Amino acid sequence: MSHDHGHDLPFWRKYIFSVDHKVIGIQYAVTALLFLFLGFSLISIMRYQLAYPGRDIPVIGKLLGEPIVGKTPTGYVLTGDGYNAFGAMHGTIMIFLGVVPLAVGGFGNFVLPLQIGAPDMAFPRLNMASYWAYFSGGVVMLTSFFVPGGAANSGWTSYPPLSDIATTGQTMWLFGMVLLITSSLLGSVNFIVTTVQMRAKGLSFFRLPFFVWAQLVTSFLLLLAFPPLEAAGVLQLMDRLAGTSFFLPSGLVVSGQVQNQLSGGGSPLLWQHLFWFLAHPEVYVLILPALGIVAEVIANNTRKPLWGYKSLVYSTIFLGFMSFLVWAHHMFMTGMGQTLSTFFQATTMIISVPSVIILTCLVISLWGASIRFTVPMLFALAFLPMFAIGGLTGLPLGLTTSDIQLHDTYYVIGHFHYVVAPGTLFALFAGVYYWFPKATGRKMNDFLGKLHFWPSFIFINGVFMPMFFIGMAGVLRRQFDQTEQLHGAAVQGLTVMVSWSAWMLIISQFPFIINFFWSIFRGEKVEANPWQATTLEWSAPSPPPHGNFATPPVVACGPYEYSIPGKEKDFCPQNVALEA
Amino acid sequence: MSTVAIPYDIEPHPITGMYNGKFGLWLFLASEVMLFGALFSTYILLRVGAPAGTWPHHGSEILDVPKGTINTLVLIASSVSMVLAWASLKMNNFAKGRVFLLVTFLLAGVFLVIKATEYYAKFTHYQIDVKTPVLLHGEKVTRITGHLHEQTDEHVVITPDAVKGQEHPAEMEIERDNIVRLTNFGPQHSTYMATYFTLTGLHGLHIVGGMVVILFLLLTGPSMWSKNPAKLTNRVECTGLYWHFVDLVWIFLFPVFYLL
Repeated sequence: MSHDHGHDLPFWRKYIFSVDHKVIGIQYAVTALLFLFLGFSLISIMRYQLAYPGRDIPVIGKLLGEPIVGKTPTGYVLTGDGYNAFGAMHGTIMIFLGVVPLAVGGFGNFVLPLQIGAPDMAFPRLNMASYWAYFSGGVVMLTSFFVPGGAANSGWTSYPPLSDIATTGQTMWLFGMVLLITSSLLGSVNFIVTTVQMRAKGLSFFRLPFFVWAQLVTSFLLLLAFPPLEAAGVLQLMDRLAGTSFFLPSGLVVSGQVQNQLSGGGSPLLWQHLFWFLAHPEVYVLILPALGIVAEVIANNTRKPLWGYKSLVYSTIFLGFMSFLVWAHHMFMTGMGQTLSTFFQATTMIISVPSVIILTCLVISLWGASIRFTVPMLFALAFLPMFAIGGLTGLPLGLTTSDIQLHDTYYVIGHFHYVVAPGTLFALFAGVYYWFPKATGRKMNDFLGKLHFWPSFIFINGVFMPMFFIGMAGVLRRQFDQTEQLHGAAVQGLTVMVSWSAWMLIISQFPFIINFFWSIFRGEKVEANPWQATTLEWSAPSPPPHGNFATPPVVACGPYEYSIPGKEKDFCPQNVALEA
Repeated sequence: MSTVAIPYDIEPHPITGMYNGKFGLWLFLASEVMLFGALFSTYILLRVGAPAGTWPHHGSEILDVPKGTINTLVLIASSVSMVLAWASLKMNNFAKGRVFLLVTFLLAGVFLVIKATEYYAKFTHYQIDVKTPVLLHGEKVTRITGHLHEQTDEHVVITPDAVKGQEHPAEMEIERDNIVRLTNFGPQHSTYMATYFTLTGLHGLHIVGGMVVILFLLLTGPSMWSKNPAKLTNRVECTGLYWHFVDLVWIFLFPVFYLL
């Protein structure tokens, strides 16, 4: 086997059009972090309109340009169209360009081949194509801000009939999505083949680190759930460009006019079914890699084997399977009928069982441990209650009766953000701090890490906790100005609090940004295994060379052999036999 | 360029029995099943929910069944030649394998040409709905289908379709003011035509994609055969798997649109 010929390559093959899974992983991670910051910036501007409706945007108002902002005698305010575009693009960017590429493209690419002892991914060139498809999708999405009418403005869910008749930005959104779907497809095929075919000698399926299991199930979800959205995207493109009416019913009325020229016979609900058939598994695409990262960090910092490893694995597989059977719980209020609603209510209650098992295993893993409170561990520990709040607040939404009150309110926003923001994003931060030494050979600064963690933890709860109350008061999620209604005006104080927390939260990310770049060049230099971890990636040099391992590793034990009684060291790496 | 040696790139994995490419291709086909599965589900949902009178009773009222039948046979033949290409390479006969690949490529081309004539016929066939009924075949009707001759701002001239066994009716002039809707049988005609064009169009794109890959194999085959015959054989096998899948999609499309 040949390795470490990386230095022969010209710069553009080594760092730009690279086929090395580690470089591609880092490309994914950095691009995704930039998109996360952009998505956060969009919502920060929207939060100003929500807190102070109609007031001029300070400083940056002028820079945004029309039609996103409108001129007033004293300055610039966000327009309704601008607000809608920002809202739709916040969701799209955060999910499809931020969290998934970071969790799967970034961590999956960088860590998975190392953890299974493989020299690279099974299809290195396909891997490169996957990144560039993602990058192109991102460029298309960004460009859409500058076409007439601005970016897509029908919400990240793009419900027709609105999206069928929306401005050009929606067409760009659909083309961008096709590229992103292609990227996910190439990536997921690669992950599955790599995991099944290229595990190191001795690395049986039940010796796989839990992170690998999480990525494997995630890949199956991406592989099978995305194509229906691609189909839906093609149909919507036909509606917008070829004059069909897949999603437009006969006799549709737009702005008081009956649309006679339509061929008719379409169904707006069809889009919702196809969309949520993807987008519910997508929720587990967002959460499973995060659970994988948290499991790795918890095992390492509790210095104990994970409690209930097999339960975790079986629950994850069951969760993946069930995630295909719950999609219509997003559609209880569409009038699709009680029989369907009852079915999806039942499957939704069932899917909460494996989620609770996973969380319980992770919490019990802490029991009796002598915990190392490192920065990654702080984020992983915060993840547990945050994910629990996100999960538990989902139950009233999954029950058809209570959903009538809560549907489409800020309660829903609070619920899923608790899962994805202080949940998944915190886990991803844990992952960045945890694997940074592997990628760079240097550790991130501890003090700046804690300066990042504590304010983030406080303010993120300041953002999302009040949303439950705002939602229960009846404020709708996409509203431009809630003070226009009495029930909204009554909770405006909370909305102001959410906005200020959001702005403080974005400021709290600066220690991370500084830490990230500073540590690449000036961070404390560390050896290959600074966390005294057991999984295979830590037996490779930091950063690992092209081809990863000097000799192909042979695995001799399970993934989490920590604190074995009677042993001198409190950990036993997977490639070292327990008896030795 | 320097690359890392990837295990099971060519030789099959002892447990799964597949080399990486074949495994990857099966996964890709699984996702393709989901793609076309979603589209066929769309077809079912829209047809079941179609308002009365908006969906043809029988596909043959609109589509050309003989042409569809010929195309089905052409695709099945191309699948056979694809298998023969792979079998020839397996038996170390590159020259023969290349000929069969070329045959597959040409049959795919025949399929596309026949499909194009079908599309052309739809785009040049028109339907006019009128407010005041007009006299056609001795009956008062509000819908006329046929071929257009002239379009001006005032009127449209159409030759109505003949009723089976009768002579072609004479040209008709219809006032613009009387026209409610004028459309050809393109995707915007009705949800049936929309579904037909979307599904067969997507299938056609898959055929084109397959042709590009086969062309690539035809062009790069000789040099690869001399360097790494096992790899070329694997590539032909994977292309074949994809080709059979595309063929299989048509086997579903044909009865669904032409015969039901």
